[in-house]
Amino acid sequence: MVQLRLPKNSRITTGKTWPQPEGASRIRKLRIYRWSPEEGGNPRMDTYFIDQDKCGPMVLDALIKIKNEIDPTLTFRRSCREGICGSCAMNIDGVNTLACTWGLDQVKGDVTIYPLPHMPVVKDLIPDLTHFYAQHASIKPWLETSSNTPAKEWRQSIEDRRKLDGLYECIMCASCSTACPSYWWNADRFLGPAALLHAWRWIVDSRDEATGERLDDLEDPFKLYRCHTIMNCAKTCPKGLNPSKAIAQIKHKMVERQM
Amino acid sequence: MHFITDRKRATGLGASGSGTTRHWRLTVTSVALVALVVFFVFSFGFALGMPYEEAAAFYGRPFPAIVALLTFVVGMYHFRLGSQVMIEDYAGGATRHWLVIGAICLAYLLLAIGAFSVIALAVRPLIVPAAPLVLPA
Repeated sequence: MVQLRLPKNSRITTGKTWPQPEGASRIRKLRIYRWSPEEGGNPRMDTYFIDQDKCGPMVLDALIKIKNEIDPTLTFRRSCREGICGSCAMNIDGVNTLACTWGLDQVKGDVTIYPLPHMPVVKDLIPDLTHFYAQHASIKPWLETSSNTPAKEWRQSIEDRRKLDGLYECIMCASCSTACPSYWWNADRFLGPAALLHAWRWIVDSRDEATGERLDDLEDPFKLYRCHTIMNCAKTCPKGLNPSKAIAQIKHKMVERQM
Repeated sequence: MHFITDRKRATGLGASGSGTTRHWRLTVTSVALVALVVFFVFSFGFALGMPYEEAAAFYGRPFPAIVALLTFVVGMYHFRLGSQVMIEDYAGGATRHWLVIGAICLAYLLLAIGAFSVIALAVRPLIVPAAPLVLPA
């Protein structure tokens, strides 16, 4: 259900301002969301300053620099540092994206960093993605077959394989789902753009034999039809995918089997 | 507190088995309204400002009467479906149910009033001799 204001204990307060580096010529100011379950209290925005001449070009480089040299308590997820794992998804300058592929020079003025919106926060920039992953699991993201397993392999033509382009590349960073207003208001029942993109990836797979069952599982005003083609998902996707189009294709398939 | 698994929470009550029909009807009524609203605006605009007798005579003719009636019927049906979607987006629990009931009742009430008015005007010439329609020069 829609909430127009943050709950009292989630309202953000002004936090600590850390000292500026001495003798730096290119100083960059970063404002970062901080909240720790151990400390409790309301979340706060801490202010950090880094010397850009002694820092890598990406926002993740700045975060790692802060953690290594200024404040070791700053907590965030990261792994591959090249836009493949999706761990470092966060809200940077109002955009859900990957800190490892978002350059500091892409942000004008202060760099403001929040965790992905509308998700429970585990600590600092780490959102709780348990429900998001459970929704992904609920669409059965694997090949479902009832025919006997072929001796060699499940064959697929080049044309059919091409239908998976723009779908299989999803890294499940949750940027799209957490940018979707329909997901904000009804995440308990709406599967969200990421899970639906994956659902379409298996529906359209020529080797999958559970197309009807997959469509049955989505035949619901909330699971699928909460998508109103707002397209925040396509706008924010750091991999340049279009979940909105995938959802439209599921809807098209739903109508196709009724007419 | 409920000790339920994440998977159970995500699956919820499962798929209801409906949704496509409403989506399709919303799409069809949207497309229909694109044409109907254009015809309605022009026909209503033509009658706007006419004396009552002349306007009544105008709506006694088949084209404006059918356009107006279809616009009301299709428009209110679209409103009935669309308002439910909107309420489901923003309200939850019992509030959602009561608002949906209210929106459906309002849509059918407006539909009845609009349809009655147009039909009353359309059949008027059959009961009351129509005044000659004077078209502007």
